[in-house]
Amino acid sequence: MITLLTDNTMLAALIALVGLGTLFGGLLGYAAERFKVGSDPIVQQLDELLPQTQCGQCGFPGCRPYAQSIADGDAINKCPPGGQATINAIANLLDVTAPSLDEAHGEEEIRTVAYIREDECIGCTKCIQACPVDAILGAAKLMHTVIAEECTGCDLCVEPCPVDCIDMLPIVENIGQWQWPAPPNPIDLIATTASSMHEDAA
Amino acid sequence: MRRIWDTPGGVHPPDNKAQSLTSGIGQLPLPEKLILPLTQHVGGAAKVCVSVGEKVLKGQKLASASASISAAIHAPSSGWITAIEERAVAHPSGMSAPCIEITCDGEDRWIECMGYPDYKQATPLQLRNLIADAGVAGLGGAGFPSAAKLDRGTHMPVDTLIINATECEPYITADDILIRERADQIIQGIEIISHLLGTPKTILIGIENNKPEAIAALNQQCQGTGIEVVSFPTKYPSGGEKQLIYILTGKEVPSGQLPADLGMVCLNSGTAFAIKRAVIDGEPLISRITTLTGEACDINRNYEILIGTPVSHLLEQNAFNPDLCSRLIMGGPMMGFSLTSSDVPLVKTSTCILAPSHTEIPDGDPAQACIRCGLCAEACPASLLPQQLYWYARADDHERLQAHNLFDCIECGACSYVCPSNIPLVQYYRSSKGDIVNARTAKATAAVARERFEFRQVRLEKADTVRETKREARRLATEQAKITSPTTTQSSGSSAADIIKAAQLRGSTRQASPEQQKAKLERTLMAAEMRLKEAQQRLLQATTNGSADQQTQQLASVEAAKRKVEQTAQRLTEVSH
Repeated sequence: MITLLTDNTMLAALIALVGLGTLFGGLLGYAAERFKVGSDPIVQQLDELLPQTQCGQCGFPGCRPYAQSIADGDAINKCPPGGQATINAIANLLDVTAPSLDEAHGEEEIRTVAYIREDECIGCTKCIQACPVDAILGAAKLMHTVIAEECTGCDLCVEPCPVDCIDMLPIVENIGQWQWPAPPNPIDLIATTASSMHEDAA
Repeated sequence: MRRIWDTPGGVHPPDNKAQSLTSGIGQLPLPEKLILPLTQHVGGAAKVCVSVGEKVLKGQKLASASASISAAIHAPSSGWITAIEERAVAHPSGMSAPCIEITCDGEDRWIECMGYPDYKQATPLQLRNLIADAGVAGLGGAGFPSAAKLDRGTHMPVDTLIINATECEPYITADDILIRERADQIIQGIEIISHLLGTPKTILIGIENNKPEAIAALNQQCQGTGIEVVSFPTKYPSGGEKQLIYILTGKEVPSGQLPADLGMVCLNSGTAFAIKRAVIDGEPLISRITTLTGEACDINRNYEILIGTPVSHLLEQNAFNPDLCSRLIMGGPMMGFSLTSSDVPLVKTSTCILAPSHTEIPDGDPAQACIRCGLCAEACPASLLPQQLYWYARADDHERLQAHNLFDCIECGACSYVCPSNIPLVQYYRSSKGDIVNARTAKATAAVARERFEFRQVRLEKADTVRETKREARRLATEQAKITSPTTTQSSGSSAADIIKAAQLRGSTRQASPEQQKAKLERTLMAAEMRLKEAQQRLLQATTNGSADQQTQQLASVEAAKRKVEQTAQRLTEVSH
């Protein structure tokens, strides 16, 4: 046997390479099974970036289904509540250029919170069923109210209300939430051309 | 002589302290109204415990601490509560916040004060409660509630107590004058704090060497007390808590930790004075020393002002010339902020009101491009890289900002001070800090929303499965009943089919009289004939304008009606015979 191999170097090389190939192939196959990643981690990461309003403006029933859809190749600019900041973050994660918000799905608006005019509420529980985050309290034929801290401002409770007693109120900034504004009119980072230097001088 | 360490960076702006030190602490006439914001400290807003129209005495509690980190608020003078509403407060935003307004009655009558001169008999908890009840918060400018700071809790025991008398910011002389005039009371306060903390090994008073009179006064009072007065070269910002700790002990407070984690407590000298007042005299914190200075005021001096005094009242008493003034600053020129209105009240953290002339502090030249000179990095007392932070702040790169320890920036303004391009660096950092904090809160609320959404999905799914299983069980039960019904009829005769059969039998056995039967059959015959007529009419319609399908259908119904008529007629003849 050994003499056969030493005489036939081509055969020896063939056997060695095929043997190595089989061995590593088997190892890789085993590793793929043994260390299999359960869920798609990119979906998880995308879901983390979405604002979790669960409003469905993107056309999907919640943020996670949209994250799944983005992972499958859908457009990343369908989330009005997240706005440009979310689009930029997703573009950064996926390493693509950030498009502007798709107007077909709505415009970026200031954050709001649902407010039920309580003396007009008839206690039909329709808004409770519509709320995606269980932020409305109440029971049949009893007044309902919104837990403002839990409300994502998704707007989904407004439409089912038969007496139109739900308002979406903008969140008022108080002194505790105030933050320093960035300095106005930032100047050129570096004066690179003669023209911009002239502008600076002027 | 104790060894001192030198902090990195720092700047030497002209100190401009002499102007306000020409005379001692002054007293202002009582203002007409006092406005007390509910948040004058770090932490939760105080909870109001009086109502509009109530008469209050000087020192009476108006609002109590609402959380473990919060401070009570007391009436600085006697009078009536005339409003509890939103008022403009001293804040860089110029926004309003909830305030209590007192209209003074001019009597300035004290409530009965319960002092505790024999504080050595008291437990630390009692002393802490006394300090908390007096509403003492850090008077150096930050306003951290002192009782919370002195609560050792689970922290390691305190071995070093540091009293901050540095007052490194230009123009401000409130601590200096307080030490010169009332060093004895400050030392008493330090002894109370020391007793409360279980007598720390080392007690140090840190003071810059530009205050020789104050150092002399302290040295005189400290003899034989074991308290050490340490003076060190003047440099801005030596008065930052972390900077002072490094200067005095050579220890650096790690990023994200507190002095308490190193077994240290650091308090302002003014706070020590307020603690003495609170414990020994039982007087709550209703006044403080505030410096009024700047060329736009004829008189520059320190005042013991009542908390809540409007800035305008202070200015009126000192021949303020608004035309001279470039802007009103609360705090010092380095870390203070411009006031949008002079109607705002002075609060527990108001160290200084600066009214500079246009030549004294001119409006800043417009910012120019960064020339990468690196002076800011040399000036930074926290050894950060201000220039890098500036680029990242411009680019909104939150990750890199945090990687470059933006949150260790103490916003001292040394970098902006040295910047030859006048870039408002600190404003960039403050804005970025706000953005990062907002992004963090948004992320936290999003996580909560996701959790609630997912929980709801699970709940709905569970409800669906329960409903589905119930439906399935019912279906199975009926099927089971169908299969088993024939056998049960034979054996017990109690199934539904059996009952129907029995009823039919009963119906057939119940014989009606021949007349009744005849009448019934006649009615049936009439109805059948009517139906036959209708069917024939419909057939006629169908043949004129209907389709072939409809014709055959109508033909069949006519046939059926005819058969019914024949059958009934036959039955009727049978019965009548």
